[in-house]
Order: sequence, then C-alpha cells, then structure tokens
Amino acid sequence: MIASLLAQSSDWVAPTIDWHALAPEIVLVIGINLVLLLDLQLAESKKWMMATITGFVLLVAFIPVVTLAVVGDDVRSLFDGRYVIDDYALVLKGLFLLVAYVVVLMSQTELEEGGYYQGEFYVLMLCAVLGMVMMASSRDLVSIFVALELLSIPSYMMAAWNKRARKSNEAGVKYYLMGVFASAILLYGMSLLFGVTGSTLLTDIGAALADGELIGLEVVGVVFIVCGFAFKVSAVPFHQWAPDTYEGAPTPVTAFFSVASKAAGFVALMTLIFVAFPGATDVYGPLVWAMAALTMTIGNVLALRQTNIVRMLAYSSVSQGGFILMPLAFAGDADSTGAALNAVIVYLLVYAFMNLGAFAIVIAVSRKTHSGEISSFGGLFGYAPGLAVAMTIFFASLAGIPPLGGWFAKFNAFKATLDAGSTSAYVLAAIAAVNTVIAAAYYMRVLRVVWMDEAPDGDTSPVQTPAPVAAALAITVVGTLVVGVLPNIVARVGALDALTGAFIGG
Amino acid sequence: METLSDQNWLLTVGTFLPMVGVLVMMFIPRNDETTHKLIGIVTAGATLAVGIVTLGAFDYSRADTLQFFVDAEWIPVINSNYTVGLDGISLPLYILSMAVTFLVMVYTWDNMPEAGNPKAFYMLMLILQTGMAGTFIAQDLILFFVFFEVVLLPMYFMIGVWGGEQRKYASLKFFLYTMFGSAFMLVAFLAIFFQTGAESFGFAHLVEAGASIDRDVQVWIFAGMFLGFAVKVPMFPFHTWLPDAHTQAPTQGSVILAAILLKLGTYGFVRIAIPMLPEGALEWAPVIGILAVIGIIYGALGCLAQTDMKRLIAFSSVAHMGFVMLGISTLTEFGINAALFGMVAHGLITGMLFFVAGSVKHRYHTLEIRRLSGMLIQAPRLGWILGFAAMASLGLPGLAGFWGEFPAILSAYSPGFGLSEALYRTLMVVAAVGTVLAAGYLLWLYQRTAFGEPSEEFGGGHAGGHGHATHALSAAVNTGAEEGADDHHDEIYDVTPIEWIAWTPFLIAIVVFGVYPQLMFKVFDPAVTSMIERLGASLP
Repeated sequence: MIASLLAQSSDWVAPTIDWHALAPEIVLVIGINLVLLLDLQLAESKKWMMATITGFVLLVAFIPVVTLAVVGDDVRSLFDGRYVIDDYALVLKGLFLLVAYVVVLMSQTELEEGGYYQGEFYVLMLCAVLGMVMMASSRDLVSIFVALELLSIPSYMMAAWNKRARKSNEAGVKYYLMGVFASAILLYGMSLLFGVTGSTLLTDIGAALADGELIGLEVVGVVFIVCGFAFKVSAVPFHQWAPDTYEGAPTPVTAFFSVASKAAGFVALMTLIFVAFPGATDVYGPLVWAMAALTMTIGNVLALRQTNIVRMLAYSSVSQGGFILMPLAFAGDADSTGAALNAVIVYLLVYAFMNLGAFAIVIAVSRKTHSGEISSFGGLFGYAPGLAVAMTIFFASLAGIPPLGGWFAKFNAFKATLDAGSTSAYVLAAIAAVNTVIAAAYYMRVLRVVWMDEAPDGDTSPVQTPAPVAAALAITVVGTLVVGVLPNIVARVGALDALTGAFIGG
Repeated sequence: METLSDQNWLLTVGTFLPMVGVLVMMFIPRNDETTHKLIGIVTAGATLAVGIVTLGAFDYSRADTLQFFVDAEWIPVINSNYTVGLDGISLPLYILSMAVTFLVMVYTWDNMPEAGNPKAFYMLMLILQTGMAGTFIAQDLILFFVFFEVVLLPMYFMIGVWGGEQRKYASLKFFLYTMFGSAFMLVAFLAIFFQTGAESFGFAHLVEAGASIDRDVQVWIFAGMFLGFAVKVPMFPFHTWLPDAHTQAPTQGSVILAAILLKLGTYGFVRIAIPMLPEGALEWAPVIGILAVIGIIYGALGCLAQTDMKRLIAFSSVAHMGFVMLGISTLTEFGINAALFGMVAHGLITGMLFFVAGSVKHRYHTLEIRRLSGMLIQAPRLGWILGFAAMASLGLPGLAGFWGEFPAILSAYSPGFGLSEALYRTLMVVAAVGTVLAAGYLLWLYQRTAFGEPSEEFGGGHAGGHGHATHALSAAVNTGAEEGADDHHDEIYDVTPIEWIAWTPFLIAIVVFGVYPQLMFKVFDPAVTSMIERLGASLP
C-alpha cells in the first residue's frame, strides 16, 4: 500500500517555495499560535497584554511587506501562478495589516472594559487578517475561496462576541446565514466556470472566456460569482445583512467589517474582473453598473432616515461601496481599465482611514454617553472640541469635501468612470454626483448635532479618551489630511498601469 | 506663460499665511479670548500686508499676463499641478478678499456674535480666507476646485453656530445647494479634461484646447459648469439659499458671503467657463442674460416684499448679481469690464450694508423695518452711513455702485459675437426698470428706518439720546409681553471707534472708485481685452 502511494507520488515534485514572498503569512500563522498559547498561560489580570502582542504580530508581519516592496519590482509567482506577490498584492497586504492594527488599538479598552473574552478575539481576528492577506495574492478559484472562508468564519463569531446581548447574537446569526448563502452561490458559480473552462487558475479562465463567444453556462458562472461577492461588499440588493450586523456587533468589530472585510471582498472582485473576466465585459459591466447605481442611491436614501449613528455609518458604508463599484463597471473599457483599478485601490485606502476614524470617534464618545443615538453627540464641540474637530474631518472627508482625503477618492472614481467616455458612463457619473449631495445631507446633519446642538441632559463633563483610541485617532486624522492635501502619495501607490500587465503576465 | 518677476513666493505666502495663524491658535486654550482675537487680527493684517506688497509689485503695464506665476508638481498622476498666478482680472478680487477678512476681524473685536468662542470663530475666518484667496489665484482646475470647496465648511459652521434663529436650516440649505452645484461642476471639469486629450488641468492649456471641442459637447460641459457657478452667484432660480443664509448668518458671515463668496461664482464664469468653452458660452449667453434679468426684477420685487432689513439687503444681492451676470452674458469687453467692476463694487457696498444691519441688530435687537425709525436722530452717524451705502447701492453716479450697473446695462445695447440684438435690447430695458425698482426699495428702506421720530419702544420721544434709562423701563413694560426676547433695551449708541476703523476703508473705497473708476478699469481692461480677442479668434 505504501508502495502504491509512493508510486503515485513519484512524479510529484515539491514546489519551490519563495519563503521571503510568503513571510507575511508565515509571521501571521506563528502569531496566531503564539497568541493562542499565551492566552492559555496568562492570568486573567494580565489579559490586556493580548492586544499588545497582537499589535506586535501585525507590525512584524508588516516588515516583510515593506522589504518585499523595497527589494523587487519583479513579480513573484508561486504554485504555478496560483499565488502571486506583486505590487498590487503588497499594497493591499499593507492596507489590511494597517487596518487590523488600528482596529486592535480601538478594541483594546473596549474589550477590557466590556468583559469580553480577549485572547480568543485576537486569535480570530488574526485568522481573518490572514485570510485577507492571502486574498490579495490569490489567483486561483480555490485559493480565493479558501481565503474568503478563512476571513469569513472568524468574522461570524466576532459579530456575536457580545454574547449576552441579543442584538449581537442576531448580528452574528444574520451575518452567518447570509454569508453562507453567498458562499454557496459563489461556489456554484465557481464550479460552473471550472466545469466549462476546465481550470481553476484565473489566467486560464480568462483565456478561455476571451476565446470566442460566451456560452450560457459561462455567463451564469460569471453572474453568480459577481453576485456572491456583492454579498461580501454589501452591494444592493444584497445588503440587508449589513445594518443589523453592524449595529449589533461590538463597535470595533463593526469598524473591522466595514473596512477590512469589505476591502477583501473588493479585492477578490477586482482580481476576478481584471484577470479572469476581461472576456466577459458585456456580462459583468451592466451588472456592476446597475449595482453601483442602486447601491449608492439606496444606501444613501436609507442612511438619511437613521437616528442611530452606527446604523447610519452602516448605510453610509453601503453607499460608499457603490462609489467603489462605479469604476469597476468600466473596467473592461480600454481607456478606463488602468484608471479603474487605480481608483478602486485609492478609494479603499482613503476609505479605510476615514471610516476607521469615524468609528474611533463613536467609540470614544459613547464611552461617555453610553448611547448610539446621533442626538447623543449634541454639544460635543462644547465639551470636547478636539474630538469634534476630528469628527468633522472624518465626516467631511466621507462627504468628499476637499481638502480632506475623501475628495480625492471620489474624484478618482469619477475620473476613471468618465475616462470611458460613453453615455452610460456620463449617466452613472451624474447619478453619483446627485448622490454626493444626498450623502452630504446626512453627514452634515451629524456635524450639525455636534456643533450646533446642546448637550443632552446638559452633561458637559469632558470625554476621557483612552490612549490606544487616541493613537488610532491620530493615525486616521493624519492619514485623512495628508491624503487630501498631497494626494500624490496614495495616487502613486495606486498608479498601477504596470500592475495590470503583471496580472495578465502572472 | 513667462515668469515676470521672481517674487512668485508672494501668492503662496499670501494664500497660506492664514493657516499659520490657525496652527498657532490651535495650541492656545480657548478661554484666552483676547489672545485669539489678537492673533486672528495680526494674521489677517500680515496677510493683507503681503497683499499690498503684491499690489505694489504687480506690473500694471502687463496686466493681461499672469504674474507671480508658479507651476509646481502636485498630483502628477492625474496631470494636475500647483499652478498659481495673478492677472488683472483676479488681482482686485484677491486683494478685496484679504482686506474684507481683515476688516471683518477688526469689527469682531467687540462685536463677537452671541454664541461666543472667538477661538473657533477666528480660526474659521482664517481658513475661509485661505480658500477665497486660493480660488482667485488658482490656474489649474483641480486646484481651483479644491479651494472653491474649502470655503464651504467654515461658512457652514459660521452660519450654523453663530447665526440667528433659523441657523440650522439656513446653513444646511446653503451647504447642500453649493454641494449640488459643485458635484456637477466637477463632472464638467473632468469632461473638459478628457475632451481635450486628458493632458492637463491647467487653465492655459484648456483655454487653448477647449475651443476645438465639438459644439454640442461644449454646450453640455458648459451646462455642468453653469450649475456649479450659478448656484454660487446665485442666479435665479438657484438663489433661494441666499436670503436664508444671509439673514441667518452672523454679520461677519453675511459680509464675507456678500463681499467675496458670491464672487467665486461670477469669477468662475469669467475665468473658466467662458474662455474655455467659447461656443458653449455663445449658446448659453442668451439664457444667462434672460435669467440675469429675471433675477434683477425678481430680486427687486422680493426686496419690496421684505419686512426684515437684512433679508431685504440679501434680496438686493440677487438683483445686483443679476446686473453682473447680464454684463458677462453680453460677451463684450465693455460688459465683462462692467461685471468685474460690479463684483468689487457690490462687495464693498453690500458688505457695508450688512455691517450696518449688524450694528442695527446689535443696538435695537431687531431688524423689523416696521419697528425701526428715526435712526438719524438716535444714532445720526449710523443713519448717515446707512444712507450713504443705500445711495451707493442704488447706483448713484459718483459712487462705486454706478460703474457696475450702468455700463452693464449699456453693454447690453450691442452684445458681442452676433448675439440677438433684439433680445438684448429688451433685456436692457427691463434691467433699466430694475434700477428704478432698486431706487424704490432702498429709499423706502431708508425712509422707514432712518427718518421720522425714534419709536417709543427704543426710547424715542425724547430729544436726542437722553432719558433712555427710564424710557427703556416703560418700553419694557409696554412691549414685554409680545417681545419677551428683548425686554430690556440698552441705550441706542452711535458708531463706535472699532466700527469706524472697520468701516472707513469701505467708505473711502466706495467714494474713490466712484469718482475715479479708471483706477480699477485699467487693471481689468488689458486682461479682458485679451480674453475677448481669444474668444473672437475661436468663434466663427
């Protein structure tokens, strides 16, 4: 029996592994085990160290990302092109690690004071981050799916982390059921594509789809895959889970979902669109166009009516997703393609800063007010001017007002869309222009409460902002401002004309 | 574009100097109010000083060329540069913005709006100043857009925090209207960028390349820009945010809004929309002309219906900006010169009127025209200044307002580039009727507030300003029931020294430019002439 196994494996050659290229993932895997083991040994009174260690692991994982970026401009392709480390992957890996670090800063006091389990939380979070980091490099249906589940399953548990609160349980269950449903659709689409094209490698699929007319099964496969990821990025009409999950989950977890999980979904969608679906432009183009228009409009209109700040941010994040989708609708256009990729990446980077910042403010203020109502922010400018100004920066940035980061993200999305120059591009841009106004209405309404209303109950005691949250705020404020005034910093990161080439070559 | 002088740091310093003040103020505790006021005034004064140096260094013999030109890399990925420069069209507006901000800050020294907190108030005014100055020097569409939008938030908070009763509604309305316009403006900017080969956002390039865009496309792009600028001006029918914003804004906000912010819109037409899209401009000119004249008449009729002094002045702005837009829509050298002059004159005069309105409010705690009277007896100097500003506003020859209005009407007699003479002459007649209406509402306002005996309510009935204390008491008893908010009236006092300091430059400027308009026309004219020449070259 052993002999027969050996005989089978005789033509198996161990792949050459580029350890440097895989270093970020390896650091994370070691980190996960380290946190898990330490958690077993640490006394309850010392659990606060878990956050510090997790942050440390994330920073260590960041080092190889930097060295990889510095060392080589060559594309490192592993496992027959199924796992690729190029500039695109490195930028996004850096983004995920940075976002996770800021989320750890935001979670630390929240978890300590809320009486949550800490060690397990950080283990799950690191697992999710590992999934995201893998997602950035995956160029194969199977590895994309593995990465997706690796980031999703811990997320379901994190959503329900406040296990004594009904809303948190609802958040977890809803997220889980919807997520599994989406995974099923996605997997079905993938299996169809595999069946038709005979390969799971994205470049092979791309070649097969570009070869001749599309057949029905291919169309169905592409549509199913796009819809599966539409759940992940909470695009309308697949967005219903988002507000309930966001509201019920602990606030730092919500911040993590709305930025990191969403970005991971977009990364997968982008990889598929640019590498596997260039031949299916006519299929995903109109689909993404419609989803972008609906997502930004419906997300905005519903956000207008919210009285709870987290729910409002949830709908706002849905609508921001629409803006990120907008350029993807024209990814297949010869003029737009590079600009679209650039626009999505820049948007994800900027959005990460400003949205994390907005959630950090919510965490800081609700420590005092113990409320999620927008009205509870009244008088903030009076008793905590620093937080009020920071909040103004984040919300104005989300509204897209120069010179704050958000304007450049929105500008780039518009630019990439109009680059296509077709009538449908101009129509979508006009819809988006109207939507920026609607969005401004609800962002400004919050700022109005912050600046112009009296504090509810006349409680004007100052807010104690814990040091980690203050650090998170500092990082996000600086990020939002610098990107807005000197957009070239991120624009260069996102200037990926060469990268589209790397995709096709990879 | 050659560099005319090596003093090209002047514009950058002049624009960003206020931000230094903001940074310093950030680190000073809020309750140190006097320090904040001082830093604010000193910063604005220093900025104005830089402005005056600029004024001196400007080469007037070549006012049609961009001077102090800087072209530095900013966002190369999208081909947008930090390009700034100043020519005859922008110079007066640039200096005006600095002077107005400085004087408004001086005025605020002892006229802080009720909500208090000078730290935030002064910081917002300084940020506003950077945005305004930047808009006038930007020579790149994206840079222009950024500065154009920078003014939004500070003004939103100025109205919303320090404004009147309806301030929340008014501030949001102001914000959303402007946002709506600028969203479409941005789309239009991108459209012109792509239509000209996606090479550069620089004005110089777009002015050259824009003319070659297809006519139909030009008309569409112009429509987008029109939305953005017309909301800001504001033109009928996009004006409805203005009366609310003006009425609710604190005095300082109203003055800055009237004197500078409205000009960003008209400036956009002259600097961007018309030179870059000649054929689009030609198609749109009659529409602009008609809307402008509707604005003149509508604004005037609106004035006649107002019972609130500040709201009346706000509506008069709609009418005055109508004259400016009428001048622009003729596409003639004469008309655009008049419009530019009108912009500055309106800034000075309406700014002055809002100052007076603010001081009236400060003394009488009301702006109800019905309740005011006899200002000339109680506060004669204030009354005279109101009269002076009203005369200037209705276009009395010899004061600045005349040179904005009269040539604008005259220019409609023979519009440029084959625009319909019949239409424009009709517009001319209607606009002339508008000036009569303007005289009507301004004189009516003046008559009702300044003439007559001071009302009982405000301690009138006694000669001069004596015996107010007892009277205020009885007035309080009489009207206490219906006017709970202002049940005690301070003595009505005349113009204070701080007010004199803040206002005198306005008054002098109104007279000087009224008597010797050539002072400003000679700055505008070369730039306008070369612009019209370029327009003529690119139109069939």
